[in-house]
Amino acid sequence: MNRFMKMFSLVLMATCFAGMSPGGGRGDIIFATTTSTQDTGLLDVLIPVFEKKTGYRVKTIAVGSGQAMAMGERGEADVLLVHSKEAEEKFVKQGFGVNRRIVMHNDFVILGPKADPAKIRGLASAARAFRNIASAKTLFISRGDRSGTHVMELKLWKKAGLNPEREKWYQQTGLGMGQSIAVANEKLGYLLCDRATFLSFQRKIDLALLAEGDSILLNVYHVIEVNPKKFPKINAAGGRAFADFWVAPETQEMIREFGIKKFGAVLFYPDAVK
Amino acid sequence: MDLILDGIVEAFRLLVTGDPEVADITLLSLKISGSATVISTLIGVSAGTAVALLRFPGKGFVISAINTGMGLPPVVVGLFVTIFIWRSGPLGMLGLLYTPAAMVLAQTVIAVPIITGITLSAIQRLPGKLRLQILALGATRRQMVWTLMKEARLPLLTAVMAGFGGVISEIGASMMVGGNIKGYTRVLTTATVMETGKGNFALAIALGIILLALAFTVNYILTTVQQRNRT
Repeated sequence: MNRFMKMFSLVLMATCFAGMSPGGGRGDIIFATTTSTQDTGLLDVLIPVFEKKTGYRVKTIAVGSGQAMAMGERGEADVLLVHSKEAEEKFVKQGFGVNRRIVMHNDFVILGPKADPAKIRGLASAARAFRNIASAKTLFISRGDRSGTHVMELKLWKKAGLNPEREKWYQQTGLGMGQSIAVANEKLGYLLCDRATFLSFQRKIDLALLAEGDSILLNVYHVIEVNPKKFPKINAAGGRAFADFWVAPETQEMIREFGIKKFGAVLFYPDAVK
Repeated sequence: MDLILDGIVEAFRLLVTGDPEVADITLLSLKISGSATVISTLIGVSAGTAVALLRFPGKGFVISAINTGMGLPPVVVGLFVTIFIWRSGPLGMLGLLYTPAAMVLAQTVIAVPIITGITLSAIQRLPGKLRLQILALGATRRQMVWTLMKEARLPLLTAVMAGFGGVISEIGASMMVGGNIKGYTRVLTTATVMETGKGNFALAIALGIILLALAFTVNYILTTVQQRNRT
């Protein structure tokens, strides 16, 4: 019994002390961003470069743009990278964010089953494509999470003059981009997706890119620093440094190269350097 | 089917080659859930024993509360812990959100009721006369409690295993308060969800297998200790 107690408490002590890894210092930056930047692997490439260069530690919280801005509105994040134009403008106007700068863009595409029961293949108008999906009553998978992609989708439904919210063929996942693609792929539904995530999933799914190119589908990412005047507790210097990093010429070049190396296509087009 | 095979092959590859990132994630899972289990054991075993042995008004209510707590949904715990520790929360000045310490805290909240509940029933299940007998043999109160705990050590170890099992497999709270930050708060469960989101299903399955292997190893060690000391 004694030996057992000794051994047991030794194991307990060891795990207890081992668990207390060095805590967060002042050098932590809380970076709230979208799932698309994480699911494509872009952050895994860029963040280590920044951390090595500056010594800050970046704590990435990958959520939808809506939730990222909600974190900013409470001062729970230092810097945001988001893609939801109207919501961003409102966020800055209300004084939560400062120094909104353009970083990169790609576009949204409409994916669907190869058989294309709603006949949207090649349509130039996204709203028209959505109308076809609605009149064919074929399954449509929505993110349903106030992310940038979801907001764009709602905009398209509005433009199409429809409100599918209560329709049976309209299903909301509440998940990130990657997982929503997986759901649509499994159930063979249509969905709106950013091109970068589509390209990184292309080889794993049965869905095809059916409609693209409408100018409304432009998907622009901005970096926004959370306003330090409103939230004195935030890491303003770190947030500024990380925002500056995103628009720096070397980073912009890495963003351009990122897609080419991994998927043979540009996933994000850098916009900050003209 | 080929995906599951891929996953198993990938798991072995990661284990055999000792992939440093996966090794770090595994070690962190063990550290965080291990620490949470240790702290919960200290709190839960004391609290469970105290509730079992003491008589006080509202005891039935307290026991019901503990039993309800055994099924605390981790996401709810995660949400409340987040609200408490974020910058504008009551404990905001500690700067705990998105740290391993926050994950230990949340997992402790999850494991304490489990360990308390099982301890409580273990001590209560001991024959009532045992207590009188120990006291009659001239033991002090403290010695009596210690002897009862020793008597109940088998179910107490079960309590520890249940607590550990509850937190090592938990995802909702870890994701919320830890944030799944690479190299810092990314543990096996949150990494599995993320790799699924990225469509890396083989890697996700591999992480799942490693998680199972880890849970099995820890439980195997505890079970060996438990069974060897059977008297």
